Amino acid sequence: MIEVQNLTKVYGNHIAVDHVSFTIDSGKIYGFLGPNGAGKSTTMNIITGCLAATEGTVTVDGHDIFEDPILAKKNIGYLPEMPPLYQDMTVIDYLRFVAEAKGVPAKTLDGEVARVMAKTGVTEMRLRLIKNLSKGYRQRTGLAQAILGDPKVIILDEPTVGLDPQQLIEIRDLIRELGHDRTVMLSSHIMQEISAVCDMLIIIANGKLVAEDTPENLEQHAESEQTLRLVVHADEEQAQAIIATMGDMVAIRSAKSVGEGETELELGVLSDADVREKLFYAFADEKHAILSMVREKQSLEDVFLSLTGSDATGKGGNGK
Amino acid sequence: MIAIFKRELKSYFTGMMGYVFIAFVLLFIGIYTTALNLKYAYPGFEYVIKSCSFMFLIAVPVLTMRVFAEERKQNTDQLLYSLPISVIDMVMGKYLAMVVLLAIPTAVVSFYPLLIGSFGAVSYSTAYSSIIAFFLLGCALIAIGMFMSSITENQIIAAVMCLGTLILCFLMTALSNLMTSTALASTLSLMIVALLLSLIVRLMTKSWSAAGLTAVITFVPLVLLYLISPTTIAGAFTKALAALAVFDRMNSFTSGIFDLTGLVYFVSVAALFCFFTVQAVEKRRWS
Repeated sequence: MIEVQNLTKVYGNHIAVDHVSFTIDSGKIYGFLGPNGAGKSTTMNIITGCLAATEGTVTVDGHDIFEDPILAKKNIGYLPEMPPLYQDMTVIDYLRFVAEAKGVPAKTLDGEVARVMAKTGVTEMRLRLIKNLSKGYRQRTGLAQAILGDPKVIILDEPTVGLDPQQLIEIRDLIRELGHDRTVMLSSHIMQEISAVCDMLIIIANGKLVAEDTPENLEQHAESEQTLRLVVHADEEQAQAIIATMGDMVAIRSAKSVGEGETELELGVLSDADVREKLFYAFADEKHAILSMVREKQSLEDVFLSLTGSDATGKGGNGK
Repeated sequence: MIAIFKRELKSYFTGMMGYVFIAFVLLFIGIYTTALNLKYAYPGFEYVIKSCSFMFLIAVPVLTMRVFAEERKQNTDQLLYSLPISVIDMVMGKYLAMVVLLAIPTAVVSFYPLLIGSFGAVSYSTAYSSIIAFFLLGCALIAIGMFMSSITENQIIAAVMCLGTLILCFLMTALSNLMTSTALASTLSLMIVALLLSLIVRLMTKSWSAAGLTAVITFVPLVLLYLISPTTIAGAFTKALAALAVFDRMNSFTSGIFDLTGLVYFVSVAALFCFFTVQAVEKRRWS
């Protein structure tokens, strides 16, 4: 549906997007993730034709956004970071204008506007001036504008910013619903939000693509690096000796005694296997009790942090 | 284009802008009509038009300052860029909306000569050719103002730049008369302009070699022309300045000549600045 190749955007001497390539297939919800200033908005602005790229190409449904902008843009509905609303128009007038500009035929125009208003829940606000709307309703009006004309791809730049929890759930449900028969791409810097609705994640940091996978795969990648915390009834040397018998499977990250012959251990587990049972018997055989054992799974959040964190400190870029 | 045009035109009348603009134009022409035609009983409506053209100095910047500057301020330029419409349609939609807004008071004013005519003999052809020239002058100035609005984010700066440019155009004939038109003065002045041009090139391309090249390319023919035929270059600068006197192009119309070159001039200025606006809007995507 969308093919991004070697996309680069340079502002003066700051590289906002650095040779990013990815493909977006139809009928899926894509999460576009990255810390602030990673280049999410810049990439989205280029995909939707709001910004020209320094290098690289974007094709939407086979049409190049730079060569064939009108045909390419017909397939896209875009909600930028700040909803682009005319303050002195009413909601319905605004939506009618966007529908006309998108080329919705006059016959079906009223029906189409009514449909998106119902979908985004702004019907009862339709006669209000946009400048008198609350942040949440402005966001919804912006979303209504994006889905007008039933575009094949809907691109949403941080669609849930500034919404209250109830609205958040509604918008998420709406995005999920849209994802049934369309391609949706939404950006966020909040991991949980994205993992809740997306089929695929694209993670960028400092303008570079760092990961492109399903949330499940990323999570599996995280599970292979689990951590065990245990408190055992043994002193440090005894504990280390017992763990040494287990071979390469586990490694001690830290160990400290916490009085009364008890030792707190943090173990890194290198294999995928569950080693808790083996650990239990290893200590039991030596007549040392395990007082507590906790397995800490790395969450998607940690994956995100580890993927983006190392790069983020490298260049120290925090530009837009 | 039609969607943009309709939206723009509607927005003039949901706010105060459209009404204020129309009222302002009608008020000015009304005052002058009352004074010249009714009070002093001049038989020609062209005097009114001639005296009123300076009103554009205020009306045009006020009308055009928001046209693109506001889009940027409220981020709606992103919407326009992402919609399946070309930049040309976007600019022309906005421009035509402003032209229609100017056409409304012009249409009202078109009844005035008939009104005056019912009290005596009026040269209708002069009156109406003046009104046409007045309208086209307005269209040309609106295009200039629109361009000023497209290069800045701030409405006030857009208005001030537009006002400054229009004042310069308004006074250009008087200014060009101040210049001596000897060959040497003319060559030097043109060289200064060429130097400024190459500075602009330097600012835009950030390359000294391009700027130097521009300077050399413009200097050489100037110096050659000065050496070979000083009579050609004498007065060239004042002529060049006079060409920028947009307002004075109306004078032939108000003195009873239907000046086709004048019409072509107004239309060309409008087209040129619409083209510049398209370029400025397009360029913004690259920065």
